[in-house]
Amino acid sequence: MGLQLIPPGINLDFVGKRHFFVALSTVINLAAILLLLFVGLNYGVDFAGGSLIQVKFDKATNGDQIRKALTSMDVGEITVQDFGAVNLNQFLVRFEKVKNIGSLGKRVEEALNESYGASNHAEVLRVETVGAKVGRDLRLDGFMAVAFATVFMGIYIAIRFRNVSWSFGAGAVIALIHDVLVVTGALVLSRLQFDLTTLAGLLTVIGYSVHDTIIVSDRIREDAAQRRRESLESVMNRAINETLSRTLLTSGTVLVVLLALLVLGGPILRPFAFTLFIGIITGTYSSIYIAGPVVLYWEKGHGANRGAASRAA
Amino acid sequence: MEGASQNPIPIAILLTLAVIFLYLHFTNGSGMMRLLLAGVLASAAAVLLLPSFRPDLPDFMENLPKIQLGLDLQGGTHLLLEVKLPAAVSNALRRRADDLNRALTQNKLATGIVTQNPDGSVTFALKNSDERSAFLDLTDKSFPDLVLSTVNSGGTPAFKFAFQPREEIHISNNAMDQALETIRNRIDQLGVRETTVEREGDNDILVQLPGIQDPERAKELIGRTAVLEFKLIDDKNPLGDALKNGPPPGDEILHGPIQAGGAESYLVESPVLMTGDSVTDARVRPGSSLEGPYVEVHLDSRGAETFGSLTANNVGRRLAIILDNTVYSAPVIKEPIPGGDVQITGNFTFEEAHELAIVLRSGALPAPVEIIEERTVGPSLGRDSIHQGELSFIVGAAAVLIFMAIYYSGAGLLADFGLTLNILLLVCVMAALQATLTLPGIAGIVLTLGMSVDANVLVNERMREELRAGKSPREAVKVAYERAWSAIRDSNISTFVAGLILFQFGTGPVKGFAVTLCVGVATGIFSCFVVTRAWYDFKIQARRLAKISV
Repeated sequence: MGLQLIPPGINLDFVGKRHFFVALSTVINLAAILLLLFVGLNYGVDFAGGSLIQVKFDKATNGDQIRKALTSMDVGEITVQDFGAVNLNQFLVRFEKVKNIGSLGKRVEEALNESYGASNHAEVLRVETVGAKVGRDLRLDGFMAVAFATVFMGIYIAIRFRNVSWSFGAGAVIALIHDVLVVTGALVLSRLQFDLTTLAGLLTVIGYSVHDTIIVSDRIREDAAQRRRESLESVMNRAINETLSRTLLTSGTVLVVLLALLVLGGPILRPFAFTLFIGIITGTYSSIYIAGPVVLYWEKGHGANRGAASRAA
Repeated sequence: MEGASQNPIPIAILLTLAVIFLYLHFTNGSGMMRLLLAGVLASAAAVLLLPSFRPDLPDFMENLPKIQLGLDLQGGTHLLLEVKLPAAVSNALRRRADDLNRALTQNKLATGIVTQNPDGSVTFALKNSDERSAFLDLTDKSFPDLVLSTVNSGGTPAFKFAFQPREEIHISNNAMDQALETIRNRIDQLGVRETTVEREGDNDILVQLPGIQDPERAKELIGRTAVLEFKLIDDKNPLGDALKNGPPPGDEILHGPIQAGGAESYLVESPVLMTGDSVTDARVRPGSSLEGPYVEVHLDSRGAETFGSLTANNVGRRLAIILDNTVYSAPVIKEPIPGGDVQITGNFTFEEAHELAIVLRSGALPAPVEIIEERTVGPSLGRDSIHQGELSFIVGAAAVLIFMAIYYSGAGLLADFGLTLNILLLVCVMAALQATLTLPGIAGIVLTLGMSVDANVLVNERMREELRAGKSPREAVKVAYERAWSAIRDSNISTFVAGLILFQFGTGPVKGFAVTLCVGVATGIFSCFVVTRAWYDFKIQARRLAKISV
């Protein structure tokens, strides 16, 4: 037998510490909700509407100078932000409201080159303009897609694991909401842009979170069928320990891939890679400390006799 | 998608191989056979993908499916245009009101005064109160598509016009089709390869121009309404009064092209005598050095006839040639003009004249279009994105493969083969479906990669566990695959259906993500549970599975 990171027969008490971790997660989630409500995501133009222009200069310059060069365009509020490594001299210029969106890229390039002159040539690399209505539609579509997918997965899991407890679906969905909150909270803190690519990252996190929860729940289902006399609590802890090595191996490997993406993937991929990186960590954590406890709380609340509830899976 | 036509044979071969594989798998057929198939499948997939990465290939490989890169990776312009359908309906109402006036004249009734309201409806005011019933008879009989409602104007009877709902839908649909066709014609004139022009939703048009150098020119060309109209200049009322007090009823003020000295104003009679519908050709003519190039418009026979009688009836008056509500010229009609050649002059530069000729040739847009979404990625940026994406993918994938091989030794190498095959097949199927690979699509690949790593880890961990519990290698393999399958099945079904839901409700990039996800689930299950299993079945059948290297 080859290498082993986790010694076989490990028996850590995960389930016993659930109250502490559920309390911790609740605090973190409340903090995330407050962050979302009072600070808010840094919506990209995809969802907020407006224009984003990526400019590259030959030589160094700074945001104030760029803003000054563009005041003549009279296009309302402008925010300028460094993009990527400093020596690349690349900037993101964001316009909140633009009337004539058709020719914005050209106008910005002209205004910049007029102001900077021949000594520091400016080139527009990317233009993204989204009308306010389109932005609203995209936000709604994205939300609807995620909501429907979540509801479906909850129902599916509830049905597949009904022999142990109907509450596995609820556990997976609550774990999923937990993960989405943690990731979006982290995105608020990082001030990274939330655009369609970041949304794809969030969808990936949802997919992974549910996948991970199912893997752990499957082992609970298997063990519960074999050990009918054991309490659900103890079965759950056993299953978590038995899958611990695979949990850490898989998450670890995926995190390595994401680390490569985060470091080498360039600034455009950074919000996406960051979302996934945080998401995989919290997705792994929530399968152990959120999905399981929800099932236990539910069973306790219903006072169900586990022996009766667990006809063989 | 208007990609190049492709050869379906390679994909058929891949599918056949996969089906044979599945058959052998479920009938517990020869492991040796399956191992050979796995090798053939992997090589076939690798060969199929060559064209996507190597441009310099022999001709016979030209038609193999290629991965289509999204505009975010390849560079290019993505535009979403909104067709202002209410304006199309409103224009149609105006034209209908003009028709009605012509019918009134034919029936020896006085014409009404047509005014277009800000909300797009049209008000029609009669000049004589006693002609009211005759007017209503006429509209009942000849204009059943109009809905009339009385407007309380105080003076002579006035009516507000609207279309029957069915007629309005019909007009909107026609306008959408015409807009699509017109924009497609104009894009074709740009000479860009593999463009996409398609309808999206009720009133939007999606335009994708890969690798375009000058997006500004394309946008200008797309946005021109190019409505060509001919109206008479009002020579009875002085222009100065109209500018001060507003135009007299039935007239409107239009302007010429904006020039250094400001735009010239014209007082024109509202009725449209003729439109550019009958233009068959338009070309640039050099013209004199003073006036610059002009555009010569050629009309079809019906148009030529209308234009002939129109000029014959109005000799001595000035005819305004109006394009998109701008008066380009207003020559005096010196004599009737048969034959149907009209010249549009207007101090154009050669480029302007050329563009004008294109839009006139490709037909008018039935309604204004507005760009509501634009994404332009410069080619250099797209290249950077690809390079960075490739580099991080190679580094990440290499780390995973090396780790698996070290951690699980023999079984790890087997898993590595499964993972590699999974990625190859995934990209192959994507290419065959002509799905476009975008950044969110890469996200989908990362997720499926993660899930298929997990499937292999699950199998191998379980195998170790069963071996520790003292089971025979043969028994351990069986249990490991069975138990891992139970977990992976539930996870993959829920992922797959979630992918379908995302595809249904999502827009563009989310859709791309969903497609990758669904395809990845299928190829992942296939390569982990069907292909890697072949190795163990081969060993078991050969009675050589004394020990498992895991």
